[in-house]
Amino acid sequence: MAIKDYLRERFFPHLWCPGCGHGMVLNGLLRAIDKLGMSKNEIVMVSGIGCSSRITGYVDFHTLHTIHGRALAFATGVKMARPELNLIVPMGDGDALAIGGNHFIHAARRNIDITAIVMNNRIYGMTGGQFSPLSGENIRATTAPYLTIDPSFDVVELAKAAGATFVARTTTYHIQQVSDIIGKAILHEGFSVVEVLSQCPTYFGRKNKEGDAVDMVQHFKKNTTSIGSKAKQENPDLIERGIFVQTELPEYCSEYEKMVQRAMKGQ
Amino acid sequence: MSENVKFVQGNEACAEAALYAGLDFYAGYPITPSSEITEYLAYHLPQIGGKFLQMEDEIASLCAIIGASLTGRKVMTATSGPGFSLMQEALGYAIMAEIPCVIVDVQRGGPSTGLPTHGSQADVNQARWGTHGDHAIIALTASNHQDVFSITVEAFNLAETYRTPVILLLDELVAHMRERLVIPEPGKIPLVDRLKTSVKEGVDYHPYLPREDGRLPMSDFGGVHRFNVTGLFHDMWGFPSSEPSIVHGLLRHLVDKLENRAHQLACYKEYYTEDAEQLLLSYGSSARSALHTVENRRKRGERLGLLELQTLWPFPEDIVREKCAGMKSVIVVEQNMGQVLQAVKLAVDEPAKVFLANRIDGVFITPADILNILRLIQGKGV
Repeated sequence: MAIKDYLRERFFPHLWCPGCGHGMVLNGLLRAIDKLGMSKNEIVMVSGIGCSSRITGYVDFHTLHTIHGRALAFATGVKMARPELNLIVPMGDGDALAIGGNHFIHAARRNIDITAIVMNNRIYGMTGGQFSPLSGENIRATTAPYLTIDPSFDVVELAKAAGATFVARTTTYHIQQVSDIIGKAILHEGFSVVEVLSQCPTYFGRKNKEGDAVDMVQHFKKNTTSIGSKAKQENPDLIERGIFVQTELPEYCSEYEKMVQRAMKGQ
Repeated sequence: MSENVKFVQGNEACAEAALYAGLDFYAGYPITPSSEITEYLAYHLPQIGGKFLQMEDEIASLCAIIGASLTGRKVMTATSGPGFSLMQEALGYAIMAEIPCVIVDVQRGGPSTGLPTHGSQADVNQARWGTHGDHAIIALTASNHQDVFSITVEAFNLAETYRTPVILLLDELVAHMRERLVIPEPGKIPLVDRLKTSVKEGVDYHPYLPREDGRLPMSDFGGVHRFNVTGLFHDMWGFPSSEPSIVHGLLRHLVDKLENRAHQLACYKEYYTEDAEQLLLSYGSSARSALHTVENRRKRGERLGLLELQTLWPFPEDIVREKCAGMKSVIVVEQNMGQVLQAVKLAVDEPAKVFLANRIDGVFITPADILNILRLIQGKGV
């Protein structure tokens, strides 16, 4: 199927700024879905609030654009109600890990079969460039005129610790890898977390003198490396890309069905 | 067939009724005094293949049932004041996105953690205005277990009919008291099933285009129609819009579909009102003491009546105005600082004749408390 067949062209143009990385993530996501040959009717995409969360409006799936931070809780309800559906939850960094942090760790703990994509541009874009829990220290933002003092979460470490059974990271520079990893995450039975480093030239880039969108994407190329690479050994500051965790553990909906069998037998 | 009689708590009566109404998806979080509803359904729902989730908080509980409702399931959550406070944003979402769900708030004393194990009826206005923005809401209540059963079924029926959240305002006393309950035969209380679209696959489908009667025949998630659901103002496709005519039209639809039906949504009971000169107006557990007071005073020849409201929102203004007309006085009996009192004063022709008999100390209001107020109004002193 052509990529545009997955889009609701009626609702374009989209609201993302020129140079925003979110459209690149959307591109990678749709290519992954196309490659998997999934029917549009079997996909439910759930999002919260923020620039990234507007992605749901543009795709021709069952789409649920919810409230800030709670997308995974809504998605848990949909998945439990109809386990045969595929749940994809794109989230921004603030949406996923500030206001939504509780739901994030609990969805991971349950290992419910949902694919969470954290589109991490390290800033609240929609509200005008405030720092997020993924901004890290010494970042300039509209709420950090004297630079941030807040340490950052590491999405990968957090997801691993909380029990996610598929954990990966890539960037918008590595667009083939975005598609490849998201495809694997969708196929994985359990809670999958894919962090995609994405650029916000309008707020993060401008405030922090990181140049334009192209410069920012180049930055992802320079500052990341494959998991366990020689480059990482030589320069520990490099951020690793790839699949960190891919394990088979009991999935929540399947376990629930086993519990139903016990309940029906009166055990 | 012999009657199915149980001796149960009000919370169990509510949970039994939810199952009778076709509940098949529940999510909740422990909180006193509502936990027995959650526990009861944790036991019974899996036995019938239904879904039970204990979520990480009350916010997630309401969000999860909204998600499940979109797939066509009948859903409920239950909580108490602090949890109900947390749910308010998602409640507004369900109103805006027109998603059927039932939210039980077993009221306890507040504000804040308040009096977890004591009764109260102080969430009446939170049920009305807890979530932000202009909106309409349905809130129901009941004073005894048989009525808790029937009003819970009604809550599901109204949620499904109007595609709206319905709030069931129980209170600690009714929730924890044990009382006789007769479970009606299946089918005895009619059940409403959700209206489904007849639009065929491949035809442009408008999920948010209401019929002339205000009802939405929606497709389920996972079905042949794919559409967008959002808490933003949206057009007939469900796509966000800030076009003034669309914003105005949607808000009017959301409010009018309930407010214009206040009369037909009104559930209430009357006792000794035919010849009454004075009227007690009450609801929930307070109505039990009010009824006791009325029956006692009747024995002494006093022409006292009782109007027991079961629908609190939309407020049944016409019915309250009509029943209060010509009364020497109307005494609103409630366990808060006058939340329904204010609505009654706005509804009646002579607000100066409306008085309050209340308790706000966590102690159940007694017939003696009500009698004291009555005597004061009658000029007889306490």
